[in-house]
Amino acid sequence: MVIDYDKATNNLTIGFDGEIDHHSCNEIAVLSDDAIRKYLPQRVVFDFKNVRFMDSAGIGMIIGRYKQLLRFGGKAEMKNINNEIKRIFSMVGIFKIIPLVD
Amino acid sequence: MENEMKLEFKSKSCNEAFARITVAAFASQLDPTIEEISDIKTAVSEAVTNSIIHGYENQEGNIHIICKIEGQVLNVEVIDYGKGIENLEIAKQPLYTTKPELDRSGMGFTIMENFMDKFEVESIVGMGTKVKMQKTIVRKEEV
Repeated sequence: MVIDYDKATNNLTIGFDGEIDHHSCNEIAVLSDDAIRKYLPQRVVFDFKNVRFMDSAGIGMIIGRYKQLLRFGGKAEMKNINNEIKRIFSMVGIFKIIPLVD
Repeated sequence: MENEMKLEFKSKSCNEAFARITVAAFASQLDPTIEEISDIKTAVSEAVTNSIIHGYENQEGNIHIICKIEGQVLNVEVIDYGKGIENLEIAKQPLYTTKPELDRSGMGFTIMENFMDKFEVESIVGMGTKVKMQKTIVRKEEV
């Protein structure tokens, strides 16, 4: 996982890697929440470039982090999502609250 | 083609990846597309995760997977001997979850239903749950 904070823009990029499932989500959630609390960013970009697999655990994990962010008014975006992952996220209409950007 | 395999493993979350990769490897003899393989992996991952979180509630138990290939059809059964599901109709509804505090989305059954061609759940409270899924792998044009 790559966590990259840009002080100038107050943007935090969280780059996931490998497989996102129920097993891996715990650690991903803890590391993401730590970074969000540490930097209190204005915007978080969830980057899926290096994700090989994701099931519905990823939906719950992203919504959980989004709720953390909402507490202090932060915004979220997602990028580099392949078609298979897009299909899963689209089922719950997640892009309406966390837009997909390029 | 006719083939069959059975898998038995403990209800540990690290086995979620093992289960979906093993079923995908077995299915690969039908020459599926990357998308078909991804559908199968996701559906199996959802079923196994349900058994671990809900069936056994993170206690130790055994999960069985039975895979059969008949022609171009793959049948997958994921079986646990856990607490079972009281109301299947409610459990199958999109976004319904008994464990929202665990960041669960409630989309597991919906994904299995959408990603596979046939999907069925049998459950007896106190006895366990069996998820039956089927996917036909479309034969590719001979080159």
